[in-house]
Amino acid sequence: MVKTGQLRRSLVKVQEDDFDVSQCLQELREGIPQIGAVAAFVGTVRDLNEGSSIHTMTLEHYPGMTEKSLENIVAVANGRFEILSAMIIHRVGPLKPEDQIVLAACTSPHRQQAFLACEFIMDYLKTEAPFWKKEQTPDGGRWVSARDSDDSAKARWES
Amino acid sequence: MTIHVRLFASLRERTGIDHLQVSEAFEPATVAGLKAHLCVINPMFAEALKDVGRLRAAVNHDMAEDDTIVPPAAEVAFFPPVTGG
Repeated sequence: MVKTGQLRRSLVKVQEDDFDVSQCLQELREGIPQIGAVAAFVGTVRDLNEGSSIHTMTLEHYPGMTEKSLENIVAVANGRFEILSAMIIHRVGPLKPEDQIVLAACTSPHRQQAFLACEFIMDYLKTEAPFWKKEQTPDGGRWVSARDSDDSAKARWES
Repeated sequence: MTIHVRLFASLRERTGIDHLQVSEAFEPATVAGLKAHLCVINPMFAEALKDVGRLRAAVNHDMAEDDTIVPPAAEVAFFPPVTGG
């Protein structure tokens, strides 16, 4: 039986600056000795997308809605999984290949719930949080299209 | 009663508009009604919608559907499907 609604700490940040994963996970775990598992996902900028090399990727977002959307995703995850703390950091502004874009991390007494919650958060973020990517390629700028596979990744949590 | 409309990403670029205000009434008072009204008062918006394809909307910072009610003084945003993460 999964005990949901156990969240002690929720950390959501939208920022231009890079982040240090080790420091972030320390902040996520600090003072919660019931934690036995930490699962973290980091999304990064690829140098190649759909056949074109990428010079820069610029992340636009909807200030005000973005934070509300991410906090809501954490709240829904807390209602479904046994997580003790959760964190989402998403960068905005211009980024280069190899740069970190996003961190999603969850803690739990045991690994399975931490893994599941982390994946759930990323699947919802991909389809619900108001961010848009624009890539600069040798042929000019182009907005990244949404992928159907992201919709189906989210849909599997709804069945 | 003014509705604050915000546009993002490719829709903002195509129209050259990031923010506009709608003070006239529109029927029905939903996301679909507002979208149709914007197409009438702003040909740039109508033109851009053809290229954007699937359009999404938010009312007062919550994701919305075509039949979502637009309350007085709401902030309504239109944008293409999101691509974060």
